[in-house]
Amino acid sequence: MKPAGFEYHDPRTLSEVTALLGRLGEDARVLAGGQSLVPLMNFRLARPAHLVDLNRVAELDFLSVEGGELRIGAMTRQRVLERSEVVVSGWPLLREVTGFIGHVQIRNRGTVGGSLAHAFPSAELPVAMVTLDAAFVLQGEGGERVVAAEDFVLGTMTTVLEPGELLREVRVPAPAAGSGASFREVSRRYGDFALAGVAALVTLDRDGVVTAARLTLTGPAPTRARAAEAAVLGERPSEALFREAARRAVAGIEQDSDMHATAEYRVRACEALARRALADAAERAAASRAVG
Amino acid sequence: MAYIGSSVKRREDVPLLRGAGKYVGDIRRPGMVHAAILRSTRAHARVAAIDATAALALPGVVGVITAADLPGLKTIPMRTGIMEGLKRSQQTPIATDRVRYVGDPVAVVVAQDRYIAEDALELVEVVYEDLPAVTGARAAMAADAPRLHEEVPGNVPADFEVDVGDVDRAFAECDLIVEETFETQRHAAVPLETRGLVAEYDEVRDVLTMWGPTKMTHTNWRILSELSGLPQSSIHFIEPAVGGGFGARGEFYPEDFLVPFAAMHFRRPVCWIEDRSENLKATNQSREQSYRVRLGLRKDGTILAMDAAILFNMGGYTRTHGGLPVMASSAMLRGPMRIKNYHCHAYCVLTNKTPVGTYRSPGRYEANFVRERLLDMAARRLGLDPAELRRRNLIRPEEMPYDHGKHPFHYMVYDSGDLPGQLEAALGHMGYDELRQRCTAAKAEGRAMGVGIGCFVETSGIGPWEYARVEVGNNGGVVLYSGVNSVGQGIATALSQIVADEMCVSIDDVRVVHGDTAKVPFGNGSNASRCTVMGGSAAVGACRKVKDKLLALASAELEIDAGDLVLEDGRISVRGAPERSLDFAALARLALPGPALAKGLTPGIAEEDFFATDKRPFPYGVHMVAVEVDRETGMIEILDYLVMEDIGRKVNPMIVEGQMAGGLAQGIGGALLEEFVYDEDGQPQATSFMDYLMPTAMDVPPGRFISTEDFPSPNNPLGVKGAGEGGITAAGAALANAVSDALGVEVTRLPLKPGYLLELMDAAEQS
Ligand SMILES: Cc1cc2nc3c(=O)[nH]c(=O)nc-3n(C[C@H](O)[C@H](O)[C@H](O)COP(=O)(O)OP(=O)(O)OC[C@H]3O[C@@H](n4cnc5c(N)ncnc54)[C@H](O)[C@@H]3O)c2cc1C
Repeated sequence: MKPAGFEYHDPRTLSEVTALLGRLGEDARVLAGGQSLVPLMNFRLARPAHLVDLNRVAELDFLSVEGGELRIGAMTRQRVLERSEVVVSGWPLLREVTGFIGHVQIRNRGTVGGSLAHAFPSAELPVAMVTLDAAFVLQGEGGERVVAAEDFVLGTMTTVLEPGELLREVRVPAPAAGSGASFREVSRRYGDFALAGVAALVTLDRDGVVTAARLTLTGPAPTRARAAEAAVLGERPSEALFREAARRAVAGIEQDSDMHATAEYRVRACEALARRALADAAERAAASRAVG
Repeated sequence: MAYIGSSVKRREDVPLLRGAGKYVGDIRRPGMVHAAILRSTRAHARVAAIDATAALALPGVVGVITAADLPGLKTIPMRTGIMEGLKRSQQTPIATDRVRYVGDPVAVVVAQDRYIAEDALELVEVVYEDLPAVTGARAAMAADAPRLHEEVPGNVPADFEVDVGDVDRAFAECDLIVEETFETQRHAAVPLETRGLVAEYDEVRDVLTMWGPTKMTHTNWRILSELSGLPQSSIHFIEPAVGGGFGARGEFYPEDFLVPFAAMHFRRPVCWIEDRSENLKATNQSREQSYRVRLGLRKDGTILAMDAAILFNMGGYTRTHGGLPVMASSAMLRGPMRIKNYHCHAYCVLTNKTPVGTYRSPGRYEANFVRERLLDMAARRLGLDPAELRRRNLIRPEEMPYDHGKHPFHYMVYDSGDLPGQLEAALGHMGYDELRQRCTAAKAEGRAMGVGIGCFVETSGIGPWEYARVEVGNNGGVVLYSGVNSVGQGIATALSQIVADEMCVSIDDVRVVHGDTAKVPFGNGSNASRCTVMGGSAAVGACRKVKDKLLALASAELEIDAGDLVLEDGRISVRGAPERSLDFAALARLALPGPALAKGLTPGIAEEDFFATDKRPFPYGVHMVAVEVDRETGMIEILDYLVMEDIGRKVNPMIVEGQMAGGLAQGIGGALLEEFVYDEDGQPQATSFMDYLMPTAMDVPPGRFISTEDFPSPNNPLGVKGAGEGGITAAGAALANAVSDALGVEVTRLPLKPGYLLELMDAAEQS
C-alpha cells in the first residue's frame, strides 16, 4: 500500500495551478484533502505522474455570501462548511448533509471541491448541490465556465471536467422564502458512504401549497426525481402525497449492487427515505412560514 | 490478599500511552532492508513460470526469493487441533507449483525500502495457468468439484463424529423437532496492528534474532527450528509491544519462515510489516461454518436430542490450528443446555479461500448462534417464552460437575456454577418482563422492537501445562518469568497481582518477563483464555517454592527453625520478634554463591514450576439485548445490551470488564457488519477497511457488563476461569434472536445485513 512514484508540485496561486495543469494535461491530478486520492494512490489504482497540491493556494479557500448567493471556494474544508453560521442559517441542508461525510477527522481534511470533483457514487455533497441547484465554476488556463450541479457528474467518478481544468468555486442560490430541506440516509456504519440517501427541498406558499420541490437520490450519480417533484407541485403536504411521490421517485431508477446491498435494496430504501425526507422538508417549510 | 480482586491500573499502559511502546514497526536495525510478498492474484492456478529479471534490475532491490531458492521445503505443522488427515493439506511457506487462494505467497522481494519493494513486486512476472476454483464448502464436497490437494479426494481432509446417548431413540420420543440450516459468515480477528517481523542473523554469535513473534512464541521457536534446521539455541525470539491478537496474530505463518530465511539468505536484517490489504487476504480468517441441525423436544419444552452436521470451510490449506474451531463447535454446541442425546458429524472442507484459524471464542460464537436460534424457534412453536424454555433446560447447580459425555478432542466436564440463577439475575438486571411489555406496545404502534437472549458456557484455560520461574533479584525485587504471552490483554498486570499477593510484597517490587525465548525456556502462549488460569497457577507454584527457599536461607542465617519464621511485607522475621528480620535484598545477598555454598545451600533464589492439567475451567454467562429495527430499511438500533459472566474469581475486575466490553464490540461487528465476501471465482472483495466493516466507537452502544465470582473453579489453585471470550461469544446469538423477535422472522444466517432482513420480512409476509 505504497503509491507509485510521482512528481510533486506545490503552487501558491491559481494561475500557477492552471498553468501547470495546462502544461501537464492528463498526466496531472490535483491534490485537495487527499481523503480519496491518497488511498487510491496507495492501492495504485490511481498513478498520476504529477501531483499538483492545492493546499497552499489561498485563493481557493473561502466562504462568503454575495448577492444572497453562497460562494464556496473549492479548498474549503468540509468541516468549515459544516460549522459556518452563515451556512447553518441560510443553507441548513449543506450542514445536515456534510455531517454524514465520514468522520470529523476526515471532514477536517476533506474539501468541498474534492468531494464534488471526485464524484463518488453515493457521496452526499453532490446530492445536496443538485438539490440546491448550485452552479460550479470550472477554471482552466484559458478561462472559466459555469456548469449546473445537475450537469456536472456524468457517471461514476466521471465529470465534465476537462484535462487542464479544475473546480474553482461553487455558487449556491438562497432557497426561496417558505422553504424547508431535509436529508435522510442509511449506511452500514456511521460515517460510511450511503447505501441510500435522499435530499429534499420543499417550498410552501402562505396557504401551505407546494410551490417548488426538488428531490435528489444517491446512486451511481446524483439522480433528480423529476416525476416525484411534479407530483407534489400545487398539492398540500400529506402522508399519501409523499408516499405516492416516493413511489414515483424510484420508478425506473438505476442503482448498483455490491457486497453491502443489492440494487433492489437501494431502490426500496430510497423510496422509504424519499417519503421521509419530503415529509420532513415540508414540515420544516411550514415551520419557517410560521416563524417568518 | 491485597491485590487479587482489586482493579489495579494496567501497568502496561503508562509507557504505551506516553508513546514509549516499541512495536515491531518501531524496530530499526543497522543495514535493515524491507521485504514485500508477492501474492497470488488467482484463487486456484498452476504456477507455470516466475521471471524476476526486471525486478532484480530495479535500483534498490536487494533480491528476490521464490520456491526455486528453497529446495526441500517442508510444510508448516499443526500445533493444535491435530487430525492425521489434515497433514495432507498443510501449507508450504511459499507456493511451489500451485496457488490455492488469492494471497498465497509466490515470491519475496527485498529492497532498500518498502516503496521500492512494492515497485519491484509489479515487475515480477508470474505465468499462471488457471484452474477451476471452488469457494463454498458444500460445492467443494461435490463429486465434480475441483480438487485442491491431490492427496485429498473430495476436499475433506478430515471429519469426525461425536456420539452421546441414543439420538435415534430420543428423537422418536419428541413432540416437536425443529430442523434448520444455519450459516455463519467468514470474518476474522483483524487486530489494529497488522502482523510484522524483523529478523537479523548475527554470524559471529550464530544467533538469529526475531522481533515480532507473539502469542505462541515458544511454539513458533520450535517450528522455525524444525523448518530451518537451526537449533533452538541459535534462535532468539523477542515479543515487542503488541497491538491486538484475538487469535489471529502470532501463529506460525508462511512469513514467519520467509522473513528469517531472507535475513540469512541476504545477510541483512529484514523487516516485513504486513499492510492492511495483505492482512485482509493473508492472515487467518475464521467463523465460516454451515450447519444442518435437528433439535427434538417434548411439549413441555424439555430438550431430548440434538443432531448436527457441520461443514467447516477451511480455505486452501490446513494451518497451525488444524481443525480446532470445528472441534470446539462440536463440543460446545450443547453449551449450557442439558442435552443427553447428541450426535454431531463435523467435516473439514478445503476451498479456494484464505486459510482459517481461530478468532476469539473460536467455534463457540458460531455454535452459540445456532443453538440459541434453535431454542427461540422451538419456544415460538411451543408457545413458550424464550427465557422459560431456557429455564427448563439449563444445567442445574446440583448437576455440577456436569459431564456432557465423551468428545474425541475436547474435555467436557463443566466444573462449577449456577446457570439458572445467573439467567434469573440477568433477566432482573435487564428488566425483562417490562421490556417484553414495551415490545408489545411498540408493535401495536407498528414499531419493530425485540429482545434476544444468548446463554453460553465458554471453554477456557487450556492446558496441558504452563511454565513459570520466580526469582528474587539482587535488589530484593521479585521477577516472574512466564511462558504466557501478552497480546495486549494486561496479563503482566494480572500476573503481578498474583505474585505480589503470593510473595507478600508490593506490586511495585514485581516484574514480569515474558515472550523472550532467551529468558523463558518454555511456554504455551496466549490463547483460549488461558494466561491467568495456567500462567497464574504456574506462578503460584513457583512462588511457593521460592518462599521455601527464602525461609531456608533465613533459617540458616538466623539459626531459627523455618517453622518459627514468618513472611510479611517483603521480609522474613522471627515470630514474636519482628526486630530480628531479613528483607529480600539481604536474603539475595545470602544466596550469592560464596555465602550460599559455604552454608551448603544451592546458590541463587530462582525456582521453576509447571502447572499441568487437562481439566479446563468453564466460565458461563448470558447476553441479553433489546433492539429496534426499521422495517423499511432493515437498519438495527441497539437499545440496551447486557453481558453477565461468572469467571470463578476476578484477579482484576477492571481488566475483566474491559475484556467483556472489547469482546462485545467485536461480537457486534461479527453479528452486523464484518464479512469476507468472495466472488464465485474466489476473488476476495473485502480487501480494505472501506469494505471490511469493523465497528467503530460510533457503532458500538454502551453495554452493561457484570462479572461475578460466585463459583470458583476447583481445577486450579486460584479458582479462576478464563475471562477473555465471554464478551463476544453469544453476541451473534443474542442479536439474531432480538432481531428475529422484533420482526417476527427466523434469522438463519449472519451477518444481519439490512437487505437480508428485508428478504426475511418479505418471505414472512408471503407465507
Ligand atoms: C474513512 C473515510 C470515510 C469517508 N466517508 C465519506 C462519506 O461518507 N461520504 C463522502 O462523500 N465521502 C466520504 N469520504 C471521502 C471524503 O469526503 C473525501 O474528502 C472526498 O471524497 C474527497 O475530498 P478531498 O478534498 O479529500 O479530495 P482528494 O482526495 O484530494 O481528491 C479527490 C479527487 O478529486 C480531485 N479534485 C480534488 N479537488 C479538485 C478540484 N478543486 N478540482 C478538480 N478536481 C479536484 C482530485 O484530483 C482527486 O481525483 C470518506 C473518506 C474516508 C477516508
